[in-house]
Amino acid sequence: MLEVERISYSYGKKDVLKEITFSLGRGEMMFILGPNGSGKTTLLKCLNRILKPQGAVYLEKIDLNKISPIELAKKIGYVPQRGEISFLTVFDAILLGRKPYIRWDVTERDIKIVEDTIKMLKIEHLALRKLNELSGGELQLVLIARAFAQQPKYLLLDEPTNNLDIKNQIEVMRLIKNAVKEKNISAIVTMHDINLALNYAEKIMLLKDGKLFAFGGREIINEETMEVVYGIRAEIVKYDGRFVLIPEI
Amino acid sequence: MSVAGEYRRLIWKRISFGIFLIFLLILLSAIALGFGAYQMSIGDLFKAILDGNPILWNVRIPRIITAIFVGASLAIAGAVMQCILKNPLASPFTLGISQGAAFGAAIAIVYFGAGQMHRVGEALTIFNPYAVPIFAFLGSLISAFVILAIAKLRDLSPEAIVLAGVAMSALFQAGVMLIQYFATDVQVASIVFWTFGDVARARWIEIYIIIAVFLLCFIYFFYRRWDYNSLLAGDETAISLGVKPQRIRLEGMLISSFLTAVCVSFTGIIGFIGLVSPHIVRLVIGGDYRFLVPLSAIVGALILLASDTVGRTIISPVIIPVGIITSIIGAPMFIYLLLRGGRNVRS
Repeated sequence: MLEVERISYSYGKKDVLKEITFSLGRGEMMFILGPNGSGKTTLLKCLNRILKPQGAVYLEKIDLNKISPIELAKKIGYVPQRGEISFLTVFDAILLGRKPYIRWDVTERDIKIVEDTIKMLKIEHLALRKLNELSGGELQLVLIARAFAQQPKYLLLDEPTNNLDIKNQIEVMRLIKNAVKEKNISAIVTMHDINLALNYAEKIMLLKDGKLFAFGGREIINEETMEVVYGIRAEIVKYDGRFVLIPEI
Repeated sequence: MSVAGEYRRLIWKRISFGIFLIFLLILLSAIALGFGAYQMSIGDLFKAILDGNPILWNVRIPRIITAIFVGASLAIAGAVMQCILKNPLASPFTLGISQGAAFGAAIAIVYFGAGQMHRVGEALTIFNPYAVPIFAFLGSLISAFVILAIAKLRDLSPEAIVLAGVAMSALFQAGVMLIQYFATDVQVASIVFWTFGDVARARWIEIYIIIAVFLLCFIYFFYRRWDYNSLLAGDETAISLGVKPQRIRLEGMLISSFLTAVCVSFTGIIGFIGLVSPHIVRLVIGGDYRFLVPLSAIVGALILLASDTVGRTIISPVIIPVGIITSIIGAPMFIYLLLRGGRNVRS
């Protein structure tokens, strides 16, 4: 259980997050939606102490500030929006996900976990390539694989489908959903693609100007909220049992 | 073959490269022992070592050991600085850390009585081996903190940080010149030492200090290898992996500055080893700090020993200080790295 109580964050004088409160149970998948600059990424970073907000975050009833960095890293995985460019091989880069567990050196078990993760994401062909040789989409898959190899209980993903083609978007969302269901992980995903969110989300949070505008199931995505939050006119239609947002252009 | 199998093979390749480099270093050491104004064959060498030949034991062996450990020290200092500053152009020399150390050493010599010298054969040596490194360390810290502060306060490009290093170097050189201007002849002579990096100066006691400091720093850097790999992924990812970037950065900068300061105290400023060695290793085995730290050490040792052997023999019996040779080799490499664009050769 992740409980967030009235957290606020500001960069200098600019308030980016204002008193956000919510909670998320184990095995739940939540999407954070909102226009550019509405505070999605900042909120995500406040949840694993990359940023230190005012207010309180409790992880399984324990104050986040009382958990050691290593223990926190075993519990919360993070996929940043942009990947790094380095001379590490893909295998080495994913192996970094085992960092919180390494005492002196990696074990056979760590290697095995990385191998399984690589297979799961179907990126065997990239394993020995260097990160600086990868395309944006391939790099994105490596970042996701690293977070999986970390075997966290909570997974924070900042626009994980960015740079991915449609097949990989579906594949990645399926993997995240499976992890949530099978391993009882909680995932918090920021996203711009409202249609993807509509079809995968159990919980959706809408942010506007750093404030929590709405929090609930997919019903909070409707004509009215789209107009107020994004300033667009759109229709939500049900097609073949699924919801589709069609913006007016 | 399985993914893990292929990965293990890759690891073996890296280890084999390391073994090859060690073999090369042993070979080069043997060559360096034999070469010089007084030439020896391999057969004579073994006999001479066992007989306690004074040329070998008082001149060549200390010189070779100094070259190996100073080269290794500067190389690992450079490798770590390149990681913690996310800057492929970082090294003790390009950031002005070495020059800061030389300034500290100059103050120790002139104002704190470490300036008496004595002659051992060809080389002038400075008394009081402890005061000089302590002041050199303090001098190097000035550069280290200025660089850390600008890197933190302003998100500067790698090139801009190196320019800040150039500014620090100029400042310290002016400081050294000012001290020289008011110093006695003897003091000036000993300060001028630092303008030519030379591995012939260190006596056995100083060599022991260099080896001990190198080993301690190497163990620390190697212990931190996973933290350095995490930092390559960016600070945010590093934090999410349980690493404290600020702490790793501060410790890394302090320890690599100390290591540099000890080397500079006993051998003067030797440029470019710390910059070039990690890049050579990166080109061959990639950026994994598990291997980058130890292999950069060996490559640094190789380059410095090779440079010194060339400097010793090229116009024998005249000996060219090794700092001149490394700059001749290193400066073009530095320009090449600049041309390739600092960002593309990311550590």
